[in-house]
Amino acid sequence: MTGETPPPRRLMVDRETKPKLPPYLKLRHDAGRDRWVLLAPERVLTPDQTAVAVLQLCDGERSVKEIAAKLAEEYSAPVDVIAADIVELLQDLADKGYVKG
Amino acid sequence: MTEQQKANGHVQTVSVDDEPTTGVEGSQDVTAELCALAPIGLLAELTHRCPLQCGYCSNPIELERVANELTTEEWCSVMRQAGEMGVLQIHLSGGEPCVRKDLEEIVSAASEAGLYTNLITAAVTLKRERLEGLVKRGLDHVQISFQDVDPENAEHIGGYPGATQKKLDVAGWVTEMGVPLTVNAPIHRKNIKSVPAYVDLAIKLGAQRLEIAHAQYYGWAFLNRAALIPTYEDTLASIEFVEEARERLKGVLTIDMVVPDYYAKRPKPCMGGWAKGFMNVTPAGKVLPCHAAESIPELEFDNVRTRKLRDIWLDGSAFNAFRGTSWMKEPCRSCAFKDIDYGGCRCQAMAMTGDPRNTDPACALSPYHAEMVNFAKEEASKPPTEFLYRNPRNAAKALKAKEETLLPAE
Repeated sequence: MTGETPPPRRLMVDRETKPKLPPYLKLRHDAGRDRWVLLAPERVLTPDQTAVAVLQLCDGERSVKEIAAKLAEEYSAPVDVIAADIVELLQDLADKGYVKG
Repeated sequence: MTEQQKANGHVQTVSVDDEPTTGVEGSQDVTAELCALAPIGLLAELTHRCPLQCGYCSNPIELERVANELTTEEWCSVMRQAGEMGVLQIHLSGGEPCVRKDLEEIVSAASEAGLYTNLITAAVTLKRERLEGLVKRGLDHVQISFQDVDPENAEHIGGYPGATQKKLDVAGWVTEMGVPLTVNAPIHRKNIKSVPAYVDLAIKLGAQRLEIAHAQYYGWAFLNRAALIPTYEDTLASIEFVEEARERLKGVLTIDMVVPDYYAKRPKPCMGGWAKGFMNVTPAGKVLPCHAAESIPELEFDNVRTRKLRDIWLDGSAFNAFRGTSWMKEPCRSCAFKDIDYGGCRCQAMAMTGDPRNTDPACALSPYHAEMVNFAKEEASKPPTEFLYRNPRNAAKALKAKEETLLPAE
């Protein structure tokens, strides 16, 4: 049928994906606990430093490849290793509904 | 631990669910770190008033009177104190929270305090303009209960004509406004076969999350057990369906499930442990470790009207009564699982055995376990009975009758 919105599909993250966080996700520094938390409906996620660095770059403009290149430079680490790690991290978050393409 | 809570190396997930008995769930290390000094979730039961009359409600039989409800300023103070002490998520619930005319001010106070603000509503009285106003004030998430997918049965269960269309309208507005929606599906004998239809409904509505919440037998639901307990076979089928759907709908719909424990061998880790990561404020300001805690007669509860929320959390006698494991008796005390399930639920132990320190009868090691399972199977095999609807008239009637506890095995 025409005119109907297609059913939502699972996002498969690869190096070309331009990830963004949905507006209802709140990445917040929790001063009392001195750590970053990601707040979602009835969930508290606890990203480590790497995840926070990645999530802060997920603006819907940069691709995974570009995020990896930026972090590889900052941390002087091999870009391939970083990109693979980011894909795994974002796929896991996408499967929970917390990252959109 | 569910798929949702598994670690992926860089991010761990802890659930802060408002369902009775769920509370805080996640890996031990992360939960302990987050909850070291303060709870991360707070359930604010703004009122016991509700336009619906569902017999599965886990509110206490004795419903709080309007005149005793906390004032606007008192609720706003609770929100500010919660934010300061380190609570991260607030669940505005009831009864029906939209009955409070000052919901707007309470949402503003919660949002300004930095709390992730959830509205748990039946949605039948919520108008579009009001929802827009609440979202502007910082409301983060809306959860709407559907008593069944079939409108006729839903309206019979909730005792409210025309409920389904109103709920569908509100759900549509929520997703239109870009606010995440949870469909809450309270499951029991009279709607358990609708679990697949609930999944379809959640997808159709564009919900982010679906909560398949099998009734937990506290308050009104305890009174209505005979009308609510599904058969073992239907229970199992519903659980299997959800597990399959979860896998199939990865990245599309998050499905949380609260399973019934009458048919379980191990008790649930009720609230993620007594006074570990979650607290509850009643309409009249009493602060409870879980929302059924008032069913334990020996406990005394502090009130936000007379004591700071943080002092209550740290030093309140009700919070310390069953915190940790030192209160335990056998078989819990020497059990290898005592730090995993915390002996199950204190309120269920109280309701069925008369002693809140006993092992939850849902545990196969409890001498009361066999009788509990038999009771459930027997009730489920009888023809379905009618609900005693949750309303003030029935409350008065029910308070006169006295519930009897189970007898232990010889």
